[in-house]
Amino acid sequence: MDFDSLERELKMDFKEKLYSESWNSSSLGNDKLKSSMTNICSQKPQLKWDDSSSPDCDMMIDSPFPKFNEQSESLSPRSYDPDNQITMQDQIESQARGMLVDVAKNKDWDPQSMLSNLSFLEQKVHQLKDLVNFMVDQGSPVAGQQDELVAQQQQLVSADLTSIIVQLISTAGSLLPFVKKSTLPTTSPLLGQLGGTGTSSVGGMSKASQHNSDGSKGLCNPDQNKQMIDCMPDQNCAGKTNHSHLMSSFDDHESKDEDDGGEGDHLPPGSYEVLQLEKEEILAPHTHFCLICGKGFKRDANLRMHMRGHGDEYKTPAALAKPPNKDLSSEHMLIKRYSCPFVGCKRNKEHKKFQPLKTILCVKNHYKRTHCDKSYTCSRCHSKKFSVIADLKTHEKHCGRDKWLCSCGTTFSRKDKLFGHVALFQGHSPALPFDETKGTAVSAGRETAETNNSSEGNNIQNVVDVKGGADDPGSYFSPLNLDTCCNFGGFHEFPRPPFDVPEGSLSFFLSRSCDYNQKNGSAPSSDDAFS
Amino acid sequence: MVKKLKVDCELNPFDLLSEEIIFDILDYLDDNPLDKKSFSLVCRALHTVESRHRKVLKPLRSELVIRSINRYPSVARLDLSSCPRISDDSLAAISNAYKSCLRSIDLSRSRFFSNAGISNLAVNCRFLVELDLSNATELTDSGAAAISKASNLEKLWLARCKLITDIGIARIAIGCRKLRLINLTWCLGVGDLGVDLVAVKCKQIRSLDLSYTTITNKCLPSILQLQYLEDLTLMGCLGIDDEGLATLEKGRTSLKTLNLTNCEYVTLWGLPYLTSRVACLSHLNLTNESIVTEAIANSLQNLPKLQSIKLDGCHVTCYGLEAIGNCCILLKELSLSKCSGVTDKGLSFLVKKQKELRKLDITCCRKITQISVDNVTKSCTSLTSLKMESCHLISKEAFTLIGERCHHLEEIDLTDTEVDDAGLMSITRCTELSSLRLGICYNLTDNGLVQVGKLCRKLVELDLYRSMGITDLSIATVASCCPKLEMINLAYCKDITDTSLVSLSRCSRLSVVEIRGCSSISSVGISTIALGCKRLTVLDVKKCYNIDDVGLLPLANFSRSLKQVNLSYCSITDVGLLALANIACLQSMTILHLNGLSVDGLVAALLACSGLRKVKLHASFKSLFPQPFLEHMESRGCVFQWRDKPFQDDVDPWGWRHTARMNANIMYLLDEV
Repeated sequence: MDFDSLERELKMDFKEKLYSESWNSSSLGNDKLKSSMTNICSQKPQLKWDDSSSPDCDMMIDSPFPKFNEQSESLSPRSYDPDNQITMQDQIESQARGMLVDVAKNKDWDPQSMLSNLSFLEQKVHQLKDLVNFMVDQGSPVAGQQDELVAQQQQLVSADLTSIIVQLISTAGSLLPFVKKSTLPTTSPLLGQLGGTGTSSVGGMSKASQHNSDGSKGLCNPDQNKQMIDCMPDQNCAGKTNHSHLMSSFDDHESKDEDDGGEGDHLPPGSYEVLQLEKEEILAPHTHFCLICGKGFKRDANLRMHMRGHGDEYKTPAALAKPPNKDLSSEHMLIKRYSCPFVGCKRNKEHKKFQPLKTILCVKNHYKRTHCDKSYTCSRCHSKKFSVIADLKTHEKHCGRDKWLCSCGTTFSRKDKLFGHVALFQGHSPALPFDETKGTAVSAGRETAETNNSSEGNNIQNVVDVKGGADDPGSYFSPLNLDTCCNFGGFHEFPRPPFDVPEGSLSFFLSRSCDYNQKNGSAPSSDDAFS
Repeated sequence: MVKKLKVDCELNPFDLLSEEIIFDILDYLDDNPLDKKSFSLVCRALHTVESRHRKVLKPLRSELVIRSINRYPSVARLDLSSCPRISDDSLAAISNAYKSCLRSIDLSRSRFFSNAGISNLAVNCRFLVELDLSNATELTDSGAAAISKASNLEKLWLARCKLITDIGIARIAIGCRKLRLINLTWCLGVGDLGVDLVAVKCKQIRSLDLSYTTITNKCLPSILQLQYLEDLTLMGCLGIDDEGLATLEKGRTSLKTLNLTNCEYVTLWGLPYLTSRVACLSHLNLTNESIVTEAIANSLQNLPKLQSIKLDGCHVTCYGLEAIGNCCILLKELSLSKCSGVTDKGLSFLVKKQKELRKLDITCCRKITQISVDNVTKSCTSLTSLKMESCHLISKEAFTLIGERCHHLEEIDLTDTEVDDAGLMSITRCTELSSLRLGICYNLTDNGLVQVGKLCRKLVELDLYRSMGITDLSIATVASCCPKLEMINLAYCKDITDTSLVSLSRCSRLSVVEIRGCSSISSVGISTIALGCKRLTVLDVKKCYNIDDVGLLPLANFSRSLKQVNLSYCSITDVGLLALANIACLQSMTILHLNGLSVDGLVAALLACSGLRKVKLHASFKSLFPQPFLEHMESRGCVFQWRDKPFQDDVDPWGWRHTARMNANIMYLLDEV
C-alpha cells in the first residue's frame, strides 16, 4: 500500500471538510471546535497508519470518539453553566485521547479498551443526566418566558443522546471481526434520521418537534458535518464503514418482515409524521375502551354498538356514526407512518435505514412476528411456530400437502427441487410419503416375527401351512382333496387381479422336466417339482 | 447305466472319487435334466453330491419351493417363473436358506408377495446381482425402497410395475449404484425426474429400457451422457419427438443398439440429429416408423458401424432402399417385414451393394417378384436366414435359385408361397438347414419333402401347416433321418394318419407337436407319441375328433413335461381330463367344445391341476361354476379365458388359402389407401 499518497489524500480531504465545517459553524462562532478539529486531524492519521495490518479495527474504534469529542465541545457554548461544563469537557477530552492511543496500541480488540470505552460511556450518560437535572431545576421557574430556549435545550439533549447511541453502536461494532465494504449513505438520510431522532428522543411531542426541527436547523448542522467527517476518512482509507456493517447485521434480523408494508412507497424522510406505539399498546388485545364500564374492544364500531346499552344519548345517529377522520380534516397534508418501539430494529426510527410501517396493523404484525415469542404451533407438523394466528392459519392450509421430503429432513414444495437436491448430495434420498412408510413398518414387523418362527421349526412347510390357513386361500385345497370342492366359504379377498400369461412365454422352458417317477405319479413329490 | 454300476461293483467306485471330480462329471450332464435325476438316485452319497452341485433351480410348483430349497443348499440362480404363488413366507425362507450365496432370482411370474418379502430378500441376500420383479403390479414405492437395500444389484427388471413413481426409482438409483441393466417398461409412474436421477447416480448402466414410459425430451441429454450405455430401448415413448432429438448436442456415446419402435413423433427430420450423435450404433430398430425416405436413409451415413436395421412396418420408398444400400457399409441384417413400398428395383439395388448380408426378412413384401430373388441370391451368397412369407408374386422357378446359390442358409421361411418340389429339391443343398417353414404351400408333395428329409439332417423345426400334399411317407423319412427334430406342425394335413405319429415317436427330442384338424389321427397315435417323446411340452390336437380318453391316459402317465395342451373338439370325457390333471407341469389348457365334460368333472380336474396358469373355456361354463371356485382358482394364479365361438366344422380345406389371401389383399389395399 502506498501510505504516503493515501495520507496526502486524507489530509486534503480533511482540509476540505474543515473548510466547510468552519464555514458552517461560523454562525455559532465556535473557535474551540475548530481548534479541536485541527488537533484531531493532525493526530488521527498518524495513529491510524502506524500499523497497516489492522486499519479496520482502528478505525472502527477511534472514529466515533473524535465525533464524541466534537459533539461535547459543540455543547459547550450552549450550556447554562459554562464553568462546570468546561471542566467536564476537559476531562472527557483527555479521556478520549487516552482511549484513542490505547486503541492504536492494542491493534486488535481487547477487553481492556472495551472496558474503558464502556466506563467512558457511563460517564457520559451521567453527564447528560446532570445536564437534564440542571435544566429541570433551572427551566421550570422561567417556563413560558423563552420558547426558544426550551427548544434549544431539547435539541441539546437529543444531540447528546444521539452521540451516545452512535458510540454505543460503534463500540459494539468493534466486536465484529470483519467489516463489510459498502457505500456510505448519503447525507440526506443522515439528516432525516438525525432529525427524526431529535423529535423522538424528546418523546411524544410531535407537533412541537416539527416546528423545532424547522427552527433549529443551525443547531442540527454541526452534527451532520461531524458525522460526515467521521465517515469520509473511513471510506477514503479503506472503503469500509462500521455503520454499514451494523446496518447489515440488523438487516438480517429484519429480513423477514419485508411484507409488513412501508417499503413500497419511498417517502422522502421528514415528509411524514412518525408515530411510535409502546410495546404494551401494541400487544394489548383491545384498543377501544368504554369510558363508562371500561370494557375493551378491538374495533371502534363494536365499542359504539356497546355504548348503546349505556343510555339513549348513545343511540342517536350522530353518536352511532363513524367519527370523522381527524387527520384528514385537520392536517391532511401530513402522512402518518409508524415506528417499531424495538431499538435497533430496521423499523425503528433510529435505524440508519429506517423503513416506516404504514399502519397500526402493520406495526402489530411486525412486532409480534419479529420481537415476540412464536407461541402458536402447527397442529399438523408440530414443528412450525408462529406468533400471528393468521400466519398459522395460512400455513395450516398448506401444511402436509405436496411436501417433498428428503431423507435429510429438508422439505421441498416442488418435486424437481427435491430431485435436484438428491442428485447433488451423496447419500440423500427422497423420503416416502408418511402413511406408506408406516404401513411398511407394520408389515415388516410381522414379517420378521414369522421369519423367526419358520427358521426355528424344522418343517417349514408345516409352519407356513398353518399360517397360510388364516389368510391364504390357496392352501385350503390340496390337489387330492376333491371333496371340498363344493365348500368355498370365505375366499372373497384376493387382492391382485390376475395377469395374463401369453402362451408363447411358456414355451421357453421346453424339455426340462421329465417323466421320472412313473410309479408314484399321482402324488406330487419334490423330485418332479424342479428340473 | 449308472444304476448298473452300483449293482455290479462290490466296492462303490464313487467312494474313491473326490467331490470335485464328481462335480466335474456333473458339469457334463447339463444338457438333459433326466440324467442328473438318474445320477442323484443312485445312492445317498450321490444324492447329496448332486444336491450340493446344483446352482440353478427352477421349481415348477409353488407348494414345493420350500421343500426344494431345503434339498439344494447352494443355489445361485433361482427361477420362480413357474410358481405363480410366492408369499412373503416363501421369500423369507428362501432368503434365510440361501443368504449370501444367492445371485439371481426371478419373480416375474409370481405374485402374492409384498414389500416385506422383498425387503427380507434384499437384506439377507447381500450379493444378489439380478432381480426380476416384472409384473409386480402391486409394487409401490416402499417396495422400491426395499429393493434399494440390495446394494450389489446389477440387473433389475421392473416391467409393468405401474405403481412405482419417481420417488421409488430415485430410491433404487441411490441404493443400487452398481446397476448395469434396468428395465422400466410400462412403468407409467416414472417420468423424467426419476430417469434423470438414474442417469446421474448409476453411471455403470449398460442397458436401459424405457419403453412405454411417460418420459419426454428432457431426460434424453442425461441418458446420452451415460458413459457406458450400449443398449437403449425407447419403444412407444410418445413424449420423445423430433425437437428433443434436434436439441441434443454432438458428442460421443457408446450406444450400440437403439430401438425407436413405435415412437410416433420421431420422424424423418429428427432422426438425422440422433444418428449424428450416436456414432457407434450397430443395431437400429425403427419398426413402425412412419415413412423411410432418402433423407432418413442418408442420415444412416453417420453410422459407420451399423450392422442391423429393422424397418418392420414402415413405408419404405425405392429411393430410401437405394440410400440404405449406398450409406451403410457393413450391413449384416436387414428386416423389411411388412414394409409397403419395397419393390424389385429398390431391393435389387440394395442387395447389390450389401453383399455381406446374413439375414434378410422380406415377409409380406407383396410387390417383389423373381427379379428380386434372382438379385438377392446372386449378390448375397452368404445368407443364413431368408424369410419371404407371403411373397405371392414370386414364381415357382425362382425358388430353385435359392438352393443353387445360397448354400449357407440355416433358416428358410417360404410360408404361403408358390414353392414346389423342384424348389425344395434345390434347397436340400443347404446342409446346415435347421428351420424350414413350408406352411400353406399347396404345390408341395412327398417327393420334395422326402429329399429334404434325406439330405437336411440337422432339421430342428419343420412347419407344414396346411401343406396338404404331404402324406405319411415323407413324414416317415423325415422322422427317421432327422433325429434332432424338436418341432413339427402338421396341422390340417388331412392325409396324415397314426402312421406318421408312430414314425415321429422315434424322435426323442420332439417337444412341440401340432396336429390340428388331422381327423384320421386317433388315440393310438397319441399313445405312441406319449411313449416315445418324453420331452413333449406342447401338444395341439384340436379337431382330432378320434382322440379319446384312451389316448390321454398314456399321455398323462408318460409326458410329465407337458405344459400346454389344446384338446378342443376331441372326444374326451371327465376321466381323461382328470388323468391329465396329474401332470405337474401343465400350465395352459384349452378345452372348448368337449361334449363329454360335466361341470363337476371339470371342477375336479381344474382343482387337481395345481400348476395351471391359463384355461380357455366355453363361456357357458362361467355361470355353471360356483363363484368361490373361480375366486380360488384366480388366487392360485390361474386365469380363465372365456370363449363364445359356436361349434364349427372345418371349411373346405382347399378353398382356405384363397379366402385367406383375399382377406390379406383387402387389408393390404386398405393400408395402401
